[in-house]
Amino acid sequence: MFQNIGEIALLFWRTLCALPFAWRQRQKVYDQFFEIGNASLLMVCVLSFFIGAVIALQTGPVLVERSLASAVGGIVGISIAKELAPVMMAILIAGRIGSAMAAEIGSMRVYQEIDALRTMNINPIHYLVLPRMLAIAIALPLLVVFAIVVGWFGGACIAEANNRIGVPFQAFFSGLRDIVDLKDVANGVFKSFCFALIIGSVSCHQGLATIGGPRGIGRSVTKAVVNSIVLIVIFDYILTRFLLK
Amino acid sequence: MNNPDNNSHGVGLQVRGIRKSFGGQEVLKGVDLDVRPGEIFVIMGPSGSGKSVLLKHLIGLESPDAGEILINGESIEAAGIAAKYRMALVFQSGALLNSLTVGENVGLYLTEHRLKSPGEIDGIVAEKLEAVGLKDAVDKMPGELSGGMKKRAAIARALVIEPQLILYDEPTSELDPLSSIIIAEEILELKQRIHVTSLIVSHDRDLAFGVADRIAFINEGRIVTVGTPDEVKRFDDPLVQRFLHADFKREP
Repeated sequence: MFQNIGEIALLFWRTLCALPFAWRQRQKVYDQFFEIGNASLLMVCVLSFFIGAVIALQTGPVLVERSLASAVGGIVGISIAKELAPVMMAILIAGRIGSAMAAEIGSMRVYQEIDALRTMNINPIHYLVLPRMLAIAIALPLLVVFAIVVGWFGGACIAEANNRIGVPFQAFFSGLRDIVDLKDVANGVFKSFCFALIIGSVSCHQGLATIGGPRGIGRSVTKAVVNSIVLIVIFDYILTRFLLK
Repeated sequence: MNNPDNNSHGVGLQVRGIRKSFGGQEVLKGVDLDVRPGEIFVIMGPSGSGKSVLLKHLIGLESPDAGEILINGESIEAAGIAAKYRMALVFQSGALLNSLTVGENVGLYLTEHRLKSPGEIDGIVAEKLEAVGLKDAVDKMPGELSGGMKKRAAIARALVIEPQLILYDEPTSELDPLSSIIIAEEILELKQRIHVTSLIVSHDRDLAFGVADRIAFINEGRIVTVGTPDEVKRFDDPLVQRFLHADFKREP
């Protein structure tokens, strides 16, 4: 386990060192960015709408019963912005994009395509890892901003439509504005940026470390997703402690 | 980075006492070889004898536990060697990047190192693909090619580097006899055209005796003999003779 963590940290460091070559890889960054957005946008939209809806449904009746209807928007808003959107979107992207990264790089490793790159003096970190890391580091925070807005909208819809809550749209957002400020959204976006680096590093590392045939690729994909999710949850705690100060 | 416009001529390769173990099992047990500039040198031997592992050492994909590899007398591990001498490996599977077209694969070295303008790269790619008879495959994906076409595309990709040393890993495996002849002709033509040093790992006897200037026979990680094709044919060793004359005969 410690060897894996060390290798992931080393890969991350080497990718940072490759940043001066990022401009050369801009087309690949764009392709990856497009793929991440294209593959995830609809899912992000559906997921975040229902997350907002279910939070409103869980908290709304309890707060209204205690004459705290004005707090519904704030509770839904802050929980989505600071916690649910970054973590849920990171888990979604780990499953959807991290697995694809590990599978693609893993199959390139198994079928000697990475060896072929090395024989041509093409650094696999510059060619494969850097574009994916940059694309996910840009895409995930943007997806989280989108998820926050859709999640708030989902919460507001349910708060108004549900008879046991009955908080109008305007009152919901007025309450949300009272409690949630820009710093809370920025915290969530910063968290998602850190999660993106985790997903990118773990998935690319698992891909590059793939051995064996198709079974090895399958094993790498599973490990990439599971390890990413475990690290996301651990770092979520660490980052939350850090950001609360 | 080297410019592939440089005049290409073969380099000499020296292997001195290479040893390599994987998980406690010694695969190479002190291999010594001398490959002369511009010659076609074939390494033959049974499966699992260490041929492909040796090839990976020669291109720098593996590092030896002991011993050294020299190119024109300079250690392959010395700084700047990769930029000084141009080497290419034609993989057994071709190892074309499946996400790129054949043309993009062939031009990858020039594109990634920004050695030419896109227009010039297109011209070079067309020229190299024509040289291996794949002019019309430029926009195809590797998945659309047959095994022989993949290998020829891989040779075209190697040619773009204008290599001084070209290594082939089982270039005729999985190919029909006619495709094997085309590959053998390519190898011979390259020697005549650009005087490249060619090192071929194969257990195809027809290919080895058809193209080789010299042949080395390797078994269980050791070189058994090195010589011209005639010398190897006459080499008095039961294993070598059995390997060279193995033939399946159906019981009557």
